[in-house]
Amino acid sequence: MDEKTKRKEQNKKLRLEEKDYDKLNKKLDKENKSENSKNNKGVIKKLSRSIREYKKYSVLSPILVSGEVVMEVLIPTLMAKLIDYGITPGNMNYVLKMGLILLAASFASLFFGVEAGRVSSIASAGFAKNLRHDMYYNVQNFAFSNIDKFSTASIVTRLTTDVTNIQNAYMMIIRMAVRTPLMFVFSIIFAIRINMRLSLIFLAILPFIIAAAALLFSKVNPLFRRIFKTYDKLNSVVEENVRGIRVVKSYTREDHEISKFKSISQKIYFDFKRAEQTMAFAMPIMQIASYAGIILISWFGAEIIVNTASTDLTTGGLMSMFTYCTQILMSLMFLAVLFVQIVMSRTSAQRCVEILDEKTDIKEPETPILTVKDGSIDFEDVCFSYSKNSERKNALDHVSVHIGSGETVGIIGATGSSKSTFVQLIPRLYDASSGNVKVGGVNVKDYSLEVLRDNVSVVLQKNVLFSGTISDNIRWGDENAADEEVKKVCELAQADEFIEKFPDKYNTYIDQGGANVSGGQKQRLCIARALLKKPKILIMDDSTSAVDTATDAKIREAMRTEIPDTTKIIIAQRINSVQDADKIIVLDDGKISDVGTHEELLKRSAIYSEVYHSQLKGGDENA
Amino acid sequence: MPENTERRENASRPMGGPGRGRVPGNVKLSSIDKTTLKRTFGLFKPYRFRIFLVAVLIIINSVAQVLSSMFLETLIDDYITPMLSSSSGVGFSDLAVALMKMACIYIVGAMSGLIYNMIMAAVSQGILKNVRDNMFEHMQTLPVSYFDKNNYGDIMSFYTNDTDTLRQMISQTIPQLISSIVSVTAVFISMLTISVWLTAVVIIFLIFMFMIFGKIGAKSGSFFVKNQTSLGKLNGYIEELINGQKIVKVFNHEEKAEQAFDERNEELFENGSKANIYASIMGPISNNLGYILYVLLAVFGGFLAIKHTPNLAITGVDTVTLGAIASFLTLSRSFIMPISNVSQQINSVAMALAGAKRIFTLLDEKSEEDNGYVTLVRAKVSDDGKITETNERTGKWAWKHPHKADGSIDYKLQRGNIVLDDVTFGYEPNKTVLHNISLYAEPGQKVAFVGATGAGKTTITNLINRFYDIEDGKIRYDDININKIKKADLRRSLGVVLQDVNLFTGTVMDNIRYGRLDATDEECIAAAKLANADEFIRMLPEGYDTVLKGDGSGLSQGQRQLISIARAAVADPPVMILDEATSSIDTRTEAIVQAGMDALMKGRTVFVIAHRLSTVQNSDVIMVLENGRIIERGNHESLIKQKGKYYRLYTGAFELE
Repeated sequence: MDEKTKRKEQNKKLRLEEKDYDKLNKKLDKENKSENSKNNKGVIKKLSRSIREYKKYSVLSPILVSGEVVMEVLIPTLMAKLIDYGITPGNMNYVLKMGLILLAASFASLFFGVEAGRVSSIASAGFAKNLRHDMYYNVQNFAFSNIDKFSTASIVTRLTTDVTNIQNAYMMIIRMAVRTPLMFVFSIIFAIRINMRLSLIFLAILPFIIAAAALLFSKVNPLFRRIFKTYDKLNSVVEENVRGIRVVKSYTREDHEISKFKSISQKIYFDFKRAEQTMAFAMPIMQIASYAGIILISWFGAEIIVNTASTDLTTGGLMSMFTYCTQILMSLMFLAVLFVQIVMSRTSAQRCVEILDEKTDIKEPETPILTVKDGSIDFEDVCFSYSKNSERKNALDHVSVHIGSGETVGIIGATGSSKSTFVQLIPRLYDASSGNVKVGGVNVKDYSLEVLRDNVSVVLQKNVLFSGTISDNIRWGDENAADEEVKKVCELAQADEFIEKFPDKYNTYIDQGGANVSGGQKQRLCIARALLKKPKILIMDDSTSAVDTATDAKIREAMRTEIPDTTKIIIAQRINSVQDADKIIVLDDGKISDVGTHEELLKRSAIYSEVYHSQLKGGDENA
Repeated sequence: MPENTERRENASRPMGGPGRGRVPGNVKLSSIDKTTLKRTFGLFKPYRFRIFLVAVLIIINSVAQVLSSMFLETLIDDYITPMLSSSSGVGFSDLAVALMKMACIYIVGAMSGLIYNMIMAAVSQGILKNVRDNMFEHMQTLPVSYFDKNNYGDIMSFYTNDTDTLRQMISQTIPQLISSIVSVTAVFISMLTISVWLTAVVIIFLIFMFMIFGKIGAKSGSFFVKNQTSLGKLNGYIEELINGQKIVKVFNHEEKAEQAFDERNEELFENGSKANIYASIMGPISNNLGYILYVLLAVFGGFLAIKHTPNLAITGVDTVTLGAIASFLTLSRSFIMPISNVSQQINSVAMALAGAKRIFTLLDEKSEEDNGYVTLVRAKVSDDGKITETNERTGKWAWKHPHKADGSIDYKLQRGNIVLDDVTFGYEPNKTVLHNISLYAEPGQKVAFVGATGAGKTTITNLINRFYDIEDGKIRYDDININKIKKADLRRSLGVVLQDVNLFTGTVMDNIRYGRLDATDEECIAAAKLANADEFIRMLPEGYDTVLKGDGSGLSQGQRQLISIARAAVADPPVMILDEATSSIDTRTEAIVQAGMDALMKGRTVFVIAHRLSTVQNSDVIMVLENGRIIERGNHESLIKQKGKYYRLYTGAFELE
């Protein structure tokens, strides 16, 4: 008993919650409505550009489907005839003849059906292939700022799950969108051929069912939109929970997490239940309509047969009318289902178009310069901000500096002092907001991007190796490099030694993300990869942080002697990585605080000497 | 190693396509074991009365449908034909009555359809809510090792793909299955009443049909698996390359990346379109097989009738009449339709059951074991040193230790003394990660661990808060074996700040309050001030009410770390574990974070794990770990004097990885 009352109370609470939830949602829906209806047309137009060579299949599919529909409408009349003129009078010859025709029709229908299935599958899979291709290619054009905007996880989801959703919807469209209206039209034509007056019954039922479908559609649509949003929330709760499970467990917040999760799963329950209960009307409405049709046809059909003594309508004809009645109504209902499907894939479509629409922030010049004269770099009053919003603080603020070709330049500064930003402007990974960045005396915006980036090689701070052998990875720098060249750059980067210790040497397979080499080894491989480009400018953004000081020194020494003409820019946390540089730039809060040699800076730069002394402690005892 | 666990991104959307990366096994009905089926049905148990009602309503609805398909015959035989001959006495008024009767049946049928669909919506969504809630609730009880072993994408798809296939099965397939069974049975009986011979023909044909379905199903299944494999391949490639997109740009590698992408994309197209072809031709094939059956029956039945073969029906033996054959033909259509409908659903049933099986596997995962009985309670110490339990916030805590033997209860003030006594541990059997570790930390002491990745630093802390249980040796907290302490109470008494900061969607205030849910705003702000976080939080657009999203992606690494320190500060535990908390922060920012941490560490027992030696120099004792063994221990000065590993690390002559 106790449990029963408890459950009752719970249910009561649930219902109250549901009411509150409804009130809240009414407001939200109104706000959503206006923003959503606008950009539908553009989305379809943009997506359809990816159909291309599968247009043939996409067009063929509806044609074949039409054939299938014709057969499906024809076959019931053949069946009726077989009964009326074959079985009922006991005419076996007719049965055989009609049977053969029917078989032929069935094979034709089979042919159309199977072909339609094949063609539409190819069309939709091909469309998805092209769409993925277009999106991926556009992503390849993205500048760093574009990649930052989307985040890699979201790009991946769009390229995978969202495209699959669209593929499914597309298949539905090229099969069903033709099938249902055609079925509808043909059924009506055949019905009219049998009897004009009876066909009017369909016309009477039609408005009723269309109105019902439209009503259902308008009710369900906002619900589904909301459900998707709630699903996203649910996913993010699970995601944060799984990722932060150590935090959850450390603070014993399991119950807190559960109640958070439950409040969201509750919302999904409310909305999905509501949506499905609304959809629950679809089937009975369909049934009522077709039953009404059957009763009306029976009544008026009987009247016609009796009063005209079977001249206008045969019993077989009456039977066909029944079939068409259900077919017509079915096709209408399918149309409604189709709409719901399209609505559900619309969000995915929008997300894909966002990728297709994204214009790269970095544009090639119209008449690009194809050679880089030397490795000199000039910053002329350069400002840079990551956001276009001018109120935000500049990441780089009026920076001017000259770096001569072949110089070695160190950069020192705290996190957030824009060291990485500074160097990323040189190969035009980002464009300066104002001022000029010049390489070899020419504005970087005037070079062909490929030429510029081949001559300015960056070892990024967050570096990645790809699955493949070591030599595959190194050859990213130059795919045509000879084995000796690969070995040479690895020697330079002090990587050759440990590579040779691997059983497979240069053919050692690197796991995804370089998980099977240590941090220091990974950094050295990345340096070798960048060196293979034989750049005029080499930038190392904190690239030796996991390498021990002795090896670090060896790398710098090798660079000094082996590639003396290359301009080298080294960002480092450790002073001893930069202390023998020709020039050290001290960055502070996006501004150049000082430029000079180690000795000069020790004397006049407070920041530099602070960093120096903080690292000197202990190490000096033995120096 | 938990430190290296790679978790994949997978933000797959519900109701979307197949999950990423995961290759489902062969989907065949035979591969679904009975227990899964049984347990899936078990999900319906709380709703059994409603399900019973639904079944009844479905039967009513299907009967109305069957009656409607049979009504034609009645109409012609009982009304139209007699009405044509004026002598029969059957008139339009009789027809009207019959139609009214039918209308009533139809309305009842349609209404029951509406009601069962309404009920089913609530039931299926209710079941799904239960499943989701149970999964999540159970997941919270799982040991940390579960999350280390399973990647994020796979866990995610329990909540998305797997529940979604289950939804489709419950709300669509099952009702359809019931109604199909009802109509098939009804039609089958009607067929038997007409002719056993003809029914036999139908059955033989059916067997033939199933054979064809089996063939196609097998083909379609194999392509389905291939499709999933190439989908996984392509997705894996996309994931890897998009993650390294900036490298691609820097190396002008776009074209190469595009080529490799196209190859995999093409392969997916090949397999995907074939899998789809097989799936989509199932419908036309079964439809047309139905037509062929129709012709076969007409010819065979026609012969029977014309040759006046004695007919066997369950109603008796007579000859086949032509009218009977006509009805039989119509019936055969109603017989084949639901069967072909159901056969098209088999794939989805198999997929849903496979999903259900995965869900059950999650629910069957063993929860963390907790046999602890010592709890942490608020304590009041009277003048004579007696400790009593209280609800007041005295700022003092005590271990409540009930003794089973004599039923007495012992209170011991919580001080923060930790002792590891000869601890040995391995994540996997036979792979020992820690060897005979012994150490002690007095209340208020700072103990540091230094060593390369994989040396076992994090493992030690994983053992102290019992994320993992030790194999051998003992860990004592205030002289109590931690196995005796309830896990929740043990963890409540330990604060943890990790290298990977995890923040939750919500305001900054919410995130700080995560440390102690009943903390007031003032207490949270005080904690933020202590952690040196107050200043930057006030600079945020909405201050403490700024909503953080996506793990605090708008904040810098240092800022996120400061929030997590504030979170630990508000929890105010006597023992703190700081695991590489400052490793990704530069030296200058670190000074700020360090100041916050120093404030936090005051008066507490602290375990520090650090990559950077500057963080640990002022520790009371530093342990240098190598391959799971403590190789050096002592304070900074004594370790420098030893001129061992620590010395070499400190002078930078050695590489830490």
